[in-house]
Amino acid sequence: MAEKLADQPDKVAKTADVAETLANEPRAEFMFTDEQQQLLSAVRRFAAENVDETTVRRLMESDPPFDPKAWHRLGSELGVLGLSVSEADGGVGGTLVDQAVAVEELGAALACGPIFGTVYLAIPALVAASAGPARDELLAELVEGRRTAAFAVPDRAGAVDASLIEVTATPSGDDWTLTGTVRGVVDAGAADDLLVAAIGPDGVSLFAVDAAGAGVERTTQLTVDQTRPQAVVTLSAAPARLLAGSDEAERVIGHAFQVASALLAVEQVGAAQHMLDVAVQYAKERLQFGRPIGSFQAVKHRLADMMVDLEHARSTAYHAVWALTDGSDDPALAASIAQATCSAAFSRIAADAIQTLGGIGFTWEHQAHLYFKRAIVDAALLGSAEDHRSRVAELVLDTASAEKPPRVADGTRG
Amino acid sequence: MSNVADSDRVADLARVVVADHDPRSVPVTEFLGACYDAGLSWVHFPEGLGGLGLSRGNQAVADRILQGAGGPVPLGLNPMGYGMAAPTIREHALSDEVKKAWLRPLATTEDIWCQLFSEPGAGSDLAGLATSAVRDGDDWVINGQKVWTSLAHRARWGLLLARTNPDVPKHKGLTYFVVDMHSPGVETRPLRQLTGQAEFNEVYFTDARIPDAHRLGEVGNGWGVAMTTLMNERSALGGSGSRRGAGTISEAVSLWAARPERQTPVLRDRLTQLWLRSEAQRLTSERSRVSATVGGPGPEGSIGKLVGAELNQQIYQFCMDLLGPEGILYHGYSKPEGDREDSDWRGPIQQRHLRSRANTIEGGTSDVMRNILGERVLGLPGDLRADAGMPWKEIPRG
Repeated sequence: MAEKLADQPDKVAKTADVAETLANEPRAEFMFTDEQQQLLSAVRRFAAENVDETTVRRLMESDPPFDPKAWHRLGSELGVLGLSVSEADGGVGGTLVDQAVAVEELGAALACGPIFGTVYLAIPALVAASAGPARDELLAELVEGRRTAAFAVPDRAGAVDASLIEVTATPSGDDWTLTGTVRGVVDAGAADDLLVAAIGPDGVSLFAVDAAGAGVERTTQLTVDQTRPQAVVTLSAAPARLLAGSDEAERVIGHAFQVASALLAVEQVGAAQHMLDVAVQYAKERLQFGRPIGSFQAVKHRLADMMVDLEHARSTAYHAVWALTDGSDDPALAASIAQATCSAAFSRIAADAIQTLGGIGFTWEHQAHLYFKRAIVDAALLGSAEDHRSRVAELVLDTASAEKPPRVADGTRG
Repeated sequence: MSNVADSDRVADLARVVVADHDPRSVPVTEFLGACYDAGLSWVHFPEGLGGLGLSRGNQAVADRILQGAGGPVPLGLNPMGYGMAAPTIREHALSDEVKKAWLRPLATTEDIWCQLFSEPGAGSDLAGLATSAVRDGDDWVINGQKVWTSLAHRARWGLLLARTNPDVPKHKGLTYFVVDMHSPGVETRPLRQLTGQAEFNEVYFTDARIPDAHRLGEVGNGWGVAMTTLMNERSALGGSGSRRGAGTISEAVSLWAARPERQTPVLRDRLTQLWLRSEAQRLTSERSRVSATVGGPGPEGSIGKLVGAELNQQIYQFCMDLLGPEGILYHGYSKPEGDREDSDWRGPIQQRHLRSRANTIEGGTSDVMRNILGERVLGLPGDLRADAGMPWKEIPRG
């Protein structure tokens, strides 16, 4: 089945046609196709067979902290690393909705691998960049899963801010060299390629740097989540190839941040769903006072509230994905709505799952802490819920008009 | 999934209705009657009963055109009629004759409907209700008291749940009827609420008679029929406008913009959180509408009811906190008699704030909603019930 999917680009292309037809209909949003249901099953099966909890625990303490062979299979066999990349660029020619469906399942399984750096950021950036030898070659390698990448570009809560860039680019003949430092680069430690934003003579440009090449130093930084490592990247006249010049780099980077915000939100939904499932299952089975703890309203109502938050998160995450797919909404606002909602929801659901599990949920042996830690890190990446709330406030409240100001003061009778 | 040919057909029919009966010039009843005759009242109903036999998703196609041309939102004019009575009648009325007799005047809003479920002794535990229905020839004789009945004073028909057998467990002894609110032995009295208004009523039945032909569903299956009504009620209460920023949150945002001198960063973040939750719920309603394209409303409707009720309270509380000293001024507690028909129930924002306390009680308390989500959606075990299996007449009451 998995092989079938990858081998049937025409079928996926048909999906894209249907999506396009439906895009004219307001109801197309949230309407999943049969092909997407098949994709979901295929990824779920792959995860069940290859990404069990024991594997996750082994890989998160390995170097590199993922299985390169399994990653390659995700790209080549399953074809889920570049689902929204056009066929001409070596992808499957689907939509970002397809990519989201796969991401949700990989998030639920807490799959180890450079999905944040490669799938959420690097591939969307390359897709948005103008074609050229460096970009085309790298994109094909990343989509196939033969190489992995990290996105060494600082963000201000998931948005471009050139003032944060501490790397300079110097032309040398037809090529460039980069010098400077980028902190907190997720997936950089094991990456083959680094996509680096640097300030050149004409402003911000985006470059590709061979991570194993000269002048590149990577210092791994431990984070609370062992499945999602990061590194400090120090470049000293490191040779670089231009991917996006100053005419388009900020647009390319901004697009990548928006896609990543939406896909990260979808990952949070997948992981939160898994935590809710674990907590609900436990509440049905765990007996205290001679009855399942899920029959107590204190426990039941907390689980119901978790479900409401999860459903809200799912709606906002997929809305952001659709907004980026068919332009039905301002992608910056949709991405911030999703990030504000999903970061809060996953954090709350992971914490409340531990509360539902009680003592066993606080042990190293139980899987809950792995998700709780992923929730902490995911909430901090690409801007916190609070950062995104601020942005929503700027976009919505600060522009609100009092066209129909409610006439309030009353009590004049007294 | 809605089929393109179906939605085109619905759109064509809606355009014809709008062209032949311009909602901006003809009376509301004529316009809504034309919608009914064209099958656009409930497109998923059978032809001849206000529908076209199509999937529910097509309703939005019709509503966009009908309301876009200035047509009314019928759910607002006859809420219990459109939201609850119509689906219950369609599914459970005993003959097409009574279905037709009820549905068209319901659709035109000539006949307003009300719901006679809650009683002083049966709120969340609705199945414990005590109003009795005793068979007498071709009629049923009704005695008892209902409460919290919106629109009873304007209603022509009421959806009544009554006990026909006190000797069996509570859920099994109920039967569902449609009662003529104008018939002898039915007395409606306004019930004054904490807002000072009386949008609800108490309804007393003293030997009121209902013909057996006005029973819905089988004798003893009233609970099953009531579930149809309640699921539709909750999904109607939860279904909000589909435009971003519409609904209660729009009042808070306008008030925010109108009171720059009262703005603080703390209030700004509170309002942003309320806006985000409103938006997340709006998108969730859209999503469940898409997935409910086939089939009726499911337990997911309870999410909208729960969230909408709590959001309403939180948003109006925010408005009061934004207003500060201004918010405690009040226009006074008018007498309920006389002004019920004409007054705007929603009133000034201070009154809406007071009114919002009812949101987490009416149509199923938030506590019950969380039980429903936990048990029907998540599949959690039910709580212990002290009255399980007990004949209704032996259950302690008080």
